Amino acid sequence: MKKLTIPEEEHMLSGHTACLGCGATIAMRYVLKALGKNTILSIPACCWAVIPGVYPHRTLDVPLLYTAFEVTGAAISGIREALDAMGKEDVNVVGFAGDGGTADIGLQALSAAMERGHNVFYIMYDNEAYMNTGIQRSGSTPMGAWTTTTPGGKKRMYKWEPKKNVAEIMVAHNIPYVATATIAYPEDMIAKLRRAKEIKGPKFFQILSPCPTGWRHPPDKTVEISRLAVQTNVFPLYEVINGKYKISIKPKNPKPVKEYLRLQGRFRHLTEEEIEMIQKNVDDNWKALLKKERCSQEE
Amino acid sequence: MKAILTGNEAAAWGARLSRPKVIAAYPITPQTSIIEAIAAFIANGEMDARYIRVESEHSAMAACIAAQNTGVRTYTATSAHGLALMHEVLMWASGARLPIVMSVVNRAMAPPWSVWTDQLDTMAERDSGWLQVYTQNNQEVLDSIIMSYKIAEKHSILLPTMVIEDAFILSHTSEGVDIPEQKKVDDFLGEYEPAFKLDPDEPAGFGSLIMPEGPYMEFRYKMALAMEDARSEIRKVVEEYNQVFGREYAPFVEEYKTEDADAVMVVIGTIGSTAKDVVDKMREKGKKVGVARVRYFRPFPTEELRKIAKGAKVLGVVDRSYSFGPGADLFAETKSVLYGYADIPVKNYVMGLGGRDITPKIIEKVFDDMLRVAKDGVVDKEVEWVGLQGDERWS
Repeated sequence: MKKLTIPEEEHMLSGHTACLGCGATIAMRYVLKALGKNTILSIPACCWAVIPGVYPHRTLDVPLLYTAFEVTGAAISGIREALDAMGKEDVNVVGFAGDGGTADIGLQALSAAMERGHNVFYIMYDNEAYMNTGIQRSGSTPMGAWTTTTPGGKKRMYKWEPKKNVAEIMVAHNIPYVATATIAYPEDMIAKLRRAKEIKGPKFFQILSPCPTGWRHPPDKTVEISRLAVQTNVFPLYEVINGKYKISIKPKNPKPVKEYLRLQGRFRHLTEEEIEMIQKNVDDNWKALLKKERCSQEE
Repeated sequence: MKAILTGNEAAAWGARLSRPKVIAAYPITPQTSIIEAIAAFIANGEMDARYIRVESEHSAMAACIAAQNTGVRTYTATSAHGLALMHEVLMWASGARLPIVMSVVNRAMAPPWSVWTDQLDTMAERDSGWLQVYTQNNQEVLDSIIMSYKIAEKHSILLPTMVIEDAFILSHTSEGVDIPEQKKVDDFLGEYEPAFKLDPDEPAGFGSLIMPEGPYMEFRYKMALAMEDARSEIRKVVEEYNQVFGREYAPFVEEYKTEDADAVMVVIGTIGSTAKDVVDKMREKGKKVGVARVRYFRPFPTEELRKIAKGAKVLGVVDRSYSFGPGADLFAETKSVLYGYADIPVKNYVMGLGGRDITPKIIEKVFDDMLRVAKDGVVDKEVEWVGLQGDERWS
């Protein structure tokens, strides 16, 4: 029998206020299982600003600093430097922000924090739109998606631009650790978090976190969709340690992207040609990632 | 130790002596030489602090908020557009009850670009929940930073403070300054004791969601009470500082020959020193004039101004900014606290915007205008813009 690799310790208590089937909630639970109690969280405006509960209730048993939308990079820098000044270098400092707060409004502060090299975790839980405000397009919304600000209409005004690749932007900062993860692969996520914990310096995670409310899928499909995102190469799992790429899972026979799209109402309007265009985008990105892995592993 | 320091060097010394553990700062003219001096102190091992060279003022304040909430004393400095960019997080700092101390070098807001002094930047933040102390010379810049930590950190206050100096007139002008001994400052300030902090051993959430029936309104009310309580704490700390360090600061309003004055000019910042000089000259001519220099704009010196108005025949309120309301800020607020307490004419003089020079000659003409208003007993024009191009009345 395989050894259980998911810690039994829990730092997310019952009573959260997230939607049924929320991927971001599962992501938080695993992150805290991996990093443990000696952790301080910084959370900006995002779903997770609401999920812990209304004052004075709190579903997390680690200290938590709520902040303005765009400041996570600066906030974790401040917490880290204050802790180090007090000699508390063993405390994990974790920024936990949505894709809007990371790819869009918080990108400047994030970039600066990564460049300065603070010993922090930045975790982007990626539900691919501004979900807390009710499903508006972000830079991380994927190609072809419906949102309330790309509502289609007579002009088919959907999100046609490719998803902003934040993990690659972080790689360009030459930080020691960048990884992607998703909730259907908890062992992979936890192993990566544990590896990252041993590294001093900035650590960036992009965790794909399906959102039933915004992606328009039944709450019981969250894990299945997360898994399909990997099996179709829509969201490859990989890590970049000191510039070296390592793809975590290489599907032998990747499933067609269509299988991933058809489960989600946000893609239901897509024509065959449009699905083909998305398939090509996914294939191109996958090929580019394989090349990066090959090139970076060469001595 | 006596030294020749610019206002910005004095600010850096004030910060150094107060021993903040985290500094997060971003450069902007005319604040830059403060954060350069601090960088040099740290680089030379003269100051033990973590220095976060952030990518914006917004992040400077956000990093100070996070660091202070983690349990250490912090410091930053900014000007004009930097302060405006911080606006959102200024509210966050005060709402979170974090006693951050920040230097602000008053500078005009663009457009058009102007790096010179003008108080619109800080006046526009009067509702941010920060204490605001305006200084008149480089000694006061240094001393006010030390005093501000002591006042702000008191657990019954816990509101952040802006220590404000005029661009160039103070920031880049050298004067003799007495630098207090570190030991004396340490004894005066004591170790920073946070009222609460982010601590894995005692996990708590700071700033969580609150419903309308929840205590949001009560939190704001407590801030209002703290701003009121700050009055007695300011008085206490200024008196103690005067005694320990041999200074003569008035807590809220520095009065100069107001006792028997018919016309009292209410000013803020460096205009005060020019006006005092003019008062001496006009007194020689037998004109009964005086100056009230407001140090604290937040909390507003309500009682002090009421008392001054009781003895005067006219108040002329000088603003180095304009707020597009019923006159500029110092004027509007002065007038509002006098309503029902003193029935004397109050006139607003808006001058020196964008760093335009305020000369002794202009001040004298303003005093003469005030004396005329006192004689007539009516304000001819509530808001007078002084020294506009083509207006020869004041030159």
